[in-house]
This record gives sequence, C-alpha cells and structure tokens, in this order.
Amino acid sequence: MAIRVFLISLLFLSTTITTFSLYEDQVGLMDWHQQYIGKVKDAVFHTQKTGRKRVVVSTEENVIASLDLRHGEIFWRHVLGSNDAIDRIDIALGKYVITLSSEGSILRAWNLPDGQMVWESFLKGPNHSKSLLLVPTSLKVDKDNVIIVFGKGGLHAVSSIHGEILWQKDFAAESFEVQHVIQPLGSDIIYVVGFVGSSQFNVYQMNAKNGELLKHESAALSGGFSGEVSLVSSNTLVMLDSTGSTLITVNFHNGEINFQKTDISDLIKESLGMATILPSKLAGMFALKTTTFMIFIRVTDEGKLEVVDKINHVTAVSDALSFSEGQQAFALVEHYNNDIYLTVKLGQEWNSDLLKESIKLDDQRGLVHKVFINNYIRTDRSHGFRALIVMEDHSLLLLQQGEIVWCREDGLASVIDATTSELPVEKEGVSVAKVEENLFEWLKGHILKIKGTLMLASPEEVVNIQAMRLKSSEKSKMTRDHNGFRKLLIVLTKSGKVFALHTGDGRIVWSLLLNSLRKSETCENPTGLNLYQWRVPHHHAMDENPSVLVVGRCRSNSDAPGVLSFVDTYTGKELGSSSLVHSVVQVILLPFTDSNEQRLHLLIDAKQRAHLYPKNPEAVGIFQREFSNIYWYSVEADDGIIKGHVLKDNCIGEVSDEYCFETKEIWSIVFPLESEKIITTVTRKLNEVVHTQAKVIADQDVMYKYISKNLLFVVTVAPKATGGIGSATPEESWLVAYLIDSVTGRILHRMTHHGSHGPVHAVFSENWVVYHYFNLRAHRYEMSVIEIFDQSRADNKDVWKLVLGKHNLTSPISSYSRLEVITKSQSYFFTHSVKAIAVTSTAKGITSKQLLIGTVGDQVLALDKRFLDPRRSINPTQAEKEEGMIPLTDSLPIIPQSYVTHSLKVEGLRGIVTVPAKLESTALVFVYGVDLFFTRLAPSRTYDSLTEDFSYALLLMTIVALVVAIFVTWILSEKKELRDKWR
Amino acid sequence: MDKGKAVMGSGRRWAVDFTDNSAAPSSRDFPDPPGFSRVSQDQDDSTVTKQKKDAEANWKAQKAWEVAQAPFKNLLMMGFMMWMAGNTVHLFSIGITFSALWQPISALQGVGKVFEPYKDSKVDLIGPKLLFIALNLGGLALGIWKLNTLGLLPTHASDWVSSLPPAQEVEYSGGGIPLH
Repeated sequence: MAIRVFLISLLFLSTTITTFSLYEDQVGLMDWHQQYIGKVKDAVFHTQKTGRKRVVVSTEENVIASLDLRHGEIFWRHVLGSNDAIDRIDIALGKYVITLSSEGSILRAWNLPDGQMVWESFLKGPNHSKSLLLVPTSLKVDKDNVIIVFGKGGLHAVSSIHGEILWQKDFAAESFEVQHVIQPLGSDIIYVVGFVGSSQFNVYQMNAKNGELLKHESAALSGGFSGEVSLVSSNTLVMLDSTGSTLITVNFHNGEINFQKTDISDLIKESLGMATILPSKLAGMFALKTTTFMIFIRVTDEGKLEVVDKINHVTAVSDALSFSEGQQAFALVEHYNNDIYLTVKLGQEWNSDLLKESIKLDDQRGLVHKVFINNYIRTDRSHGFRALIVMEDHSLLLLQQGEIVWCREDGLASVIDATTSELPVEKEGVSVAKVEENLFEWLKGHILKIKGTLMLASPEEVVNIQAMRLKSSEKSKMTRDHNGFRKLLIVLTKSGKVFALHTGDGRIVWSLLLNSLRKSETCENPTGLNLYQWRVPHHHAMDENPSVLVVGRCRSNSDAPGVLSFVDTYTGKELGSSSLVHSVVQVILLPFTDSNEQRLHLLIDAKQRAHLYPKNPEAVGIFQREFSNIYWYSVEADDGIIKGHVLKDNCIGEVSDEYCFETKEIWSIVFPLESEKIITTVTRKLNEVVHTQAKVIADQDVMYKYISKNLLFVVTVAPKATGGIGSATPEESWLVAYLIDSVTGRILHRMTHHGSHGPVHAVFSENWVVYHYFNLRAHRYEMSVIEIFDQSRADNKDVWKLVLGKHNLTSPISSYSRLEVITKSQSYFFTHSVKAIAVTSTAKGITSKQLLIGTVGDQVLALDKRFLDPRRSINPTQAEKEEGMIPLTDSLPIIPQSYVTHSLKVEGLRGIVTVPAKLESTALVFVYGVDLFFTRLAPSRTYDSLTEDFSYALLLMTIVALVVAIFVTWILSEKKELRDKWR
Repeated sequence: MDKGKAVMGSGRRWAVDFTDNSAAPSSRDFPDPPGFSRVSQDQDDSTVTKQKKDAEANWKAQKAWEVAQAPFKNLLMMGFMMWMAGNTVHLFSIGITFSALWQPISALQGVGKVFEPYKDSKVDLIGPKLLFIALNLGGLALGIWKLNTLGLLPTHASDWVSSLPPAQEVEYSGGGIPLH
C-alpha cells in the first residue's frame, strides 16, 4: 500500500512540478564555468618522456593538478578536502605523483598521465611534527623503490609500487623535532637530523633497507637556533642562532658533529637588521635575506663561509636544479619598477649567468613570491630554462625565452566576497560595444537559425549554429542591456586583488591589486574582509561612476586597525584609500544615501564605537535625522551573548570627531554556556525586495506575513555536539532555533530539535527561514522551515474597509508596538549534506523563489520553496491543491534535472551569490569556490520574455509573406470582379 | 441585388385598387348591380375600421408582450450554456460569461428601438418594457453571478491586499558576528 501511495505521489509530483533543466545545446549559452587551482605552493616538473610537457603543482587551496606547459591548461586536478592540506609533492618511478598531506599522515600516489589515484596509505603516529617527503632515485629494497616519509613523529619507508609501509621508526618518545632527512646519493644510509628542545642537535644514522638504527649522535648547541635550517650539502647544515647574529655551520660527517660559528658582521660590514635564511636548496650555498638585500654565502669544504654576492631587489630564489653531469643551476628573480629580471646561475661558478632575461609584467601582479625552474634542450643541443613564477596576486606565469608563455589568474580560486555592479549605459557615438556584424552576416546567421529550427540544417551547420550562439557578441558587450543580464561581478580575493568579471562570458574586465592590502611597514599582514557597494548611481548623480568599498584589516586579530579602499567599478582604479586609526569589527549598511548616492556605512570598532562613513557634513545631517532609530547588535559566539546597542552621542577621547559616536547597550540575551553554544546567525539580505505583505491561501483567505528586516535567526547547539557527527549521543545533543527582534531583543519564537546537531546552514528571506542540520536519531540530514505571520493584522478582512482604504496595513510599524506573531514550521529529510544555502532574488519579488543548495558534491541544486511550505499536508484539500500545494512527503525530492550546475562541479564550493536581473522572472547566480560558475535562473520560467532561441527572422518572414499574400489575393479578386462586371 | 431592390421598393409604376370603399353612389356613372346593397357596407364602415384598429392594437400589445418575454428563453439558454461551461477559468467559460454580460447590456441600451414597431397610442408598452428590462437585468445578474463563481470579482479581502507592499519599518538595526 505504502509503495502504491509512493508511486502515485511520485507520478503526481512528476506531472505537477516543472523542472528547469537545460537541453544539451543550451549549455554554455547563459552559463560559464572557470577552473582554477589557487596559489601554487610547490611545483615539480617532470623530465621523463611521458610527462615532459607537464608540471605538477600543489596549491594552498589543497589542489593537486597537472598543468600543460604549452598553454597552462589543467590536464587533471584533484581538490582535497579543506582539512587535508598538502605538505609535500614529488614524483616517484617517473610515473607516480606522490603527495603527503594532512600534516604528514596521508600519503597518496597518483598516476601521472591521467591523475587516477594508485594507492593511498595512512601513516599513524602519536604526535605532530614537521612532515618531510624524500623520494630517493636509487634506493631499492627488494627491487622496490622506497619512499621515505617523516610524518607524525616517525620515519616511514613506503613502497612506491603499492604504498605498503615497509618499516617504521618512531622518534616520538624523545620529543625530537626533525629538520631534515638526508639520503646521500648511492648509499643505503639515511640521516635524520633535528633538535631536541632548541639546543640539542641530534643525528640518527639509519639503514634504509630495514630501518635499523645504526648510530645516534647528539651534541649540545650553546646558542640555540632559530628560523630555517638550510641543508648546504649532504652533510652540512647552516642555521642562525637564537639571537640572529651568528651563523652556525654544522658538519656531521661520519658520525662526528662539528659546530662552527661565524658572526654575520665578520662577513658583511653593514648592519643587516633582521636576517633570515631562505629555505631554498642551493648546492653548496645558502641565501640570507634581509629587509633590503639578499646575500649568497658559499660554504667551502672546510666549513668556511664566503660571501659570494650581495644583490638588491631580489624577491625569490628557486631550488637548485641539476641539469647535466653534476651541474647545478638555480634561478633568482629581481624587481626593477615594472620589469622583472630572471637570472639563472650555475651553482659552481657564480659569475657566469646561464640566462638573464628581463620581462615586462603588468603592474597589477605585485612581487614574485616563488620561482621554480626547469630545463630543456634546445634544437642546438644547448640548455634552455623555463621558469614558473608565482606572483603576489597568486597568479601563475610561465616564462620562457624572455616572454610570458601563459599566465593563470589563480587568485580567483580564493574569492572572499563578491558583489555586482552595473555596466555603463550605451551612449551614441561613445559606445564601448564591439562593431556589429554587417547586415549580410546577420541575415546569413538568421537563415542558418531558421534552417536549424526547421530541421533542415546539415550536421556542420548545426555545429556552426551552436558556435554562433555561444559567442554571440550580444552577451559580452560592455554596456547595460534591457534585461539586466550584463553586469560586472566584482570579487575580492585573498591576495588583496579585486577582479571585475563580465557576467556574459566570465572574462576579466579589469583587475586591481589594492595597494592598501599589500604588505607594508605600517600594515604587516593585511587581509581583505568584505566588499560593499559604496555608490550605486540611479536617480541623481547619474554621471558618477559606481564604486565599491573594500574593507580590510592590518592583522588578523579584531583590534587591528582597519583599511578602507574605494574602487571605481567602470575604470578599475582605486579612487582613494585610507588606513584607519580605529579597528573594524562590524560594518553596518544604513538604508540612506547622500546627494552623491554614496551609501552611509557605520563601522563599529573593537571598543564598540560607531564611525560614520562617508565623512562629510551632509551624511552627518542625514544620520542625525534618523539617529534615534538606528540600532546595532553584536553576537559574541564564544561567550554566548547577543547584545543590542543604541547610539548615544559623539565620542570623547583621542579619536573624537563628529563622525564618531559612542554606543550604549540596551538589551542582551545570555545563553547558558553549559547547554547552548551559538553556531549560526542569519538575517535577511538588506537589498531583498518583497512584493506583498499578504499571503493568499486556499479559499481566498489572507494571512499577513511578518516582514521585518530586523529579524535575527540564531541557532545554538549543545556544546558537546559541536565536535561534529559522532561526538555526542542523541540524548545529549540538541539544537535550538531562535527568532529574535534585533531592535528590542524580544525572542519571537524558540524551537528545540532534540537529538540534532550542526553544522547548521540557514537562509532567511521574506518571512521564512530554512535551515539544514543533522538528525542523530534518524541518522539523516534534515531541513526545517519556519514561516512567521503577523496575527495583529489578521482582522483586516472587511472588504469594504479595504475598498475605502480604511486599514492600517500600510502605516509604518515599529518593533516596540504590540506584537502578535504566529509561526508555522515543518521538517523534512534531505539526502545531502550542504556547503551553502542561498535563495533566488528577483527585481520585484513577485516570482516564486527557489532555494539554491550547494551540495557536498560541489554542485548547486535548485529546490522550489513550495517543497518547504509548512502548510503542506498529507491530503491537501481541493482548494489547497488548486493553490499548488504539494502533498506532504517525509523527504525533499532531489530531481536530477534541477541541478543548476548541470554536469559541472564547482570544486571547493564556498558561497552562492544571487543578484536580481532587471527582468522580473530572472535571477543571476554566481557560485564561487576553487572554481567559478555563473548562470541565469528563472524559477517560474521566463514568463516575461521570449526564449533565447526565438527566431525573430522567421516571425518577420511570416509576416512579410502574409502581407504579400494579402496584396496578391486582393489584386486577384479585384481583377475577377472587374471581369464579372463586364460579362 | 441593387436591381431587385429597386423593383421591390419605391419603383412601383402603377397599381390597381380593386376595393371600393366609397360610400356615395352618386359619384359613380353606373348603377349598382342588382342585389348589391351598399347600405350594409356603409352601415358597418365605421365599426369595421374601429374593430380593425382594435385588432391591430391588440395584436401589437400581444406582440410587445411576446418581445418582452423573448429574453426569458435567452436566459434559459444562457443558463444552460453556463452550466456547460463549468467553473474553471478558461477561454470558453470566459467567452460565455462575457457574452452573457454583453447581451443584456446591449438589449437594455436598445429598449426603445425594440418596442418602436409596437408604439401605439392605444397600446400600453410600459408593462412589456418593464418585463423586458427585468428579464435582461436577470440575465445580467446571471452573468455577474457566473463571473463571481469564476472568481473574477474582487469580493474577498485577498483581492484588495494581495498587492499591498510591506509596511515601512521605523527602526533600523544591523550587526552580527564580528568580521573575521
């Protein structure tokens, strides 16, 4: 019976719910997808025949990828989980890429040509340690190449063929901190060197075949050490002592440990300031970096130090690369203005440069952060070098023969925040648009299209039609369109670079490396926080360009001084920037603009003072008028307190000016720390448009939605259940959802889900909240919906009063007025775990809504809000059915066609941004993660426009044909009549 | 067509009237045929015309009542059609409803015209006219009732508030978890 009911309901659902899937030929018409990898941490070139044209990279976004050296395309790519950071990569046996990740606990081998995983082994150990990977070329145990891994406090030898651990040696007991694992070429001995504490130097000599400890030497180092330990040769180490003024050379040949100390001041006469040793592996040398220059120091066989060279402006040095018989080369990069100089030097002879090239870079890339070199043999049998450089903006460039072969904008893999901006209006004469094709081309295109619709086109023509549709110049124009589909997506990336992407084809219109978010003496470790629309001109100030505000902070702690930067979105130029004297913990957008259309922002600092921006008297005037109606609240998740504040008067003290206001606390909600911990808070989007306050339900009845921008949705969980699934039993885990008025601090609704826990993802729109959590008792994910209705308006049901306008429905409402709300809620099972939830937003808010769910599979699923309607019941009445209500089912359906991302994946999905288009039926959706994806959505189909592939030419031709036919028949009938009259 | 009209209409060239209604025998050149009594005819003459007029008036009144009752049939017919059309909004039901509304209105507009042929000093047309108007109003009511059953009349509160924008809020509040 149940099965039959299920089948019937399935049948019913499949007939009633319209799916919004695409046809195959519509892919790419209004969506685009871009793949990135993130900032490269490490790169390994492959030198053997199979992968000669490839480079394998690991990145800070935990991506391992194989790139084509000719074009920079991705051959294959794997995005490891966000908690599975890649420590080391290397190539073994010439066919496997070995990655060591998760702090040295997971070792994986990937097939080099196609990226398939060959084996995976888990290295267990008791404690954390530096993780090191060593892939010796000639070390064999039973005809099996061995990979030596130091991770989790132990040394492991792993078979490179099947990933089995051959032997293991624990160093955990001795609180030993490893620095290097060395295997001298051609021997069976492994040296493990490191420290116990900061002063006792230890060398373990081990048999590589079986892990047997051959010798253990230790010696006390009087001064201690600090920073990097550079391995100069297979038995010599160089390090700085703890004061940073003395270099210590350690020689541990044949089990004897010799220290040799050299004062830096003996080598260099000038004062250095703070010097650090670079981690680059150079043969017989090491590099010492100071704030202004870099010193290369050679270590002679006797352990003497000689300064080889002192170079200014050096920013990056590569590891040494052995390219022919015992020759070793390394690259260094210098900056002069906009040019960079790439020099490849031979390790043994300093003065001979193998290569010196100067390359012009565009000035929005910043400094070179890393360089990796690779050699190739030119046609004349000489050695050529190519260099892969990683820039400050996280982009990746390949340099060869003094030119940039390709460049990847991998900064876009780490988008922090995204917003949109309108494009310029199209003007006569100064159109930025591309030249339109001539009439003949246009006609030809349309005839082709007609052929396509009439199914007369040959296969080649079909391909042509598709290509034409994909690259139609219409969608990538640099001007505003009627439907509002063309916009600029402004994204802020982790590197402090702001990009403007065109929504039509996803190309980068401009990019800007913000100077205020670059490292400087006053601001050591700046990070970008958020992006706000500063100016959106529409009424007055039409000739002003729109601009965005970038808010940053100098250090990662919350009381660090803030940084503001204003960027013009048409030109991509920084209009101005300021480093603030106060910190920024909260940015509140006020619903007012000044006469220049600059939106008023309130920045709250760590001392709970509010600072008004823009700083002009007019803004203060506007602000003063609304002064008593502006509130703000702070959520202190660690203390479990939500506080409401009101503005008081101007600040007194060191930062006092007329734009600074003191605030005072007016209410607070304290959650008991032992039973509840705040994990999620959500509010409505500020720019969301709601069309109506009434919800018409079955039988023409009305319910009034409680629509307030000041509602705050808070979820708390039991502190025990914050550790993820499995950390608590169903009895000791619960989840409480609150709806709080953020003006008065009144709790409007409270609901407890027993046996449930986080992570919770929620979205708030109009008068409803949808949230997703895990139900421990049912062992399934659940989604719940809460809808809030205003009961105090419910008696507005007299038609005559409404006709005559005698009702209080449009009068302004205050949070302090008497409040009567009722809530309706319902829960459903949901199959997927979720990474992000968003909701579509349209220009007028008339179109029905869809939830956009970023699933764990890095796809975006569109789910009609109708499925999450708390009024759903198992047997809806006739009237409810007419209303379009879906019968209640215990779980939400996942319709494969309703994946917005169709067959694509947005790897590492982090956020979904929806923006209304001008066309009411359509919303624009931008999804970011490691990849970027953009598409248009029409939750109720495009009821207000013709479809993209509507053939205007066919319509035109039909009309012309009809008109011609009318004329011809008219003439004929006239003639006939005349003939009849003569008869 | 035009030719035919001309023949049938005003283009009558000559005519013979065989009836002789004249009462004075002196006006004739020849005596009346034997056995023909002109008196009887003369006697009846006035009464006959009177009778005739009465008959016509009666006939007109009857006709007027008939015309006045005509919308009743129409009403029944409309009712049947409406019943057939059902209660859902689609092209057919909307067409029927609007014709049901339009017909009475146009009929009411032309009340005078409809009763023009039956206008007579002796005939009392008020009764039929009132009936006609009443029946047409009935038809109109039927149409409106149908409109209502289709749900096209704004008789519910929902029809008046469904596009009411949300009320403005006096207070404004912002904030949240500190930026990180």
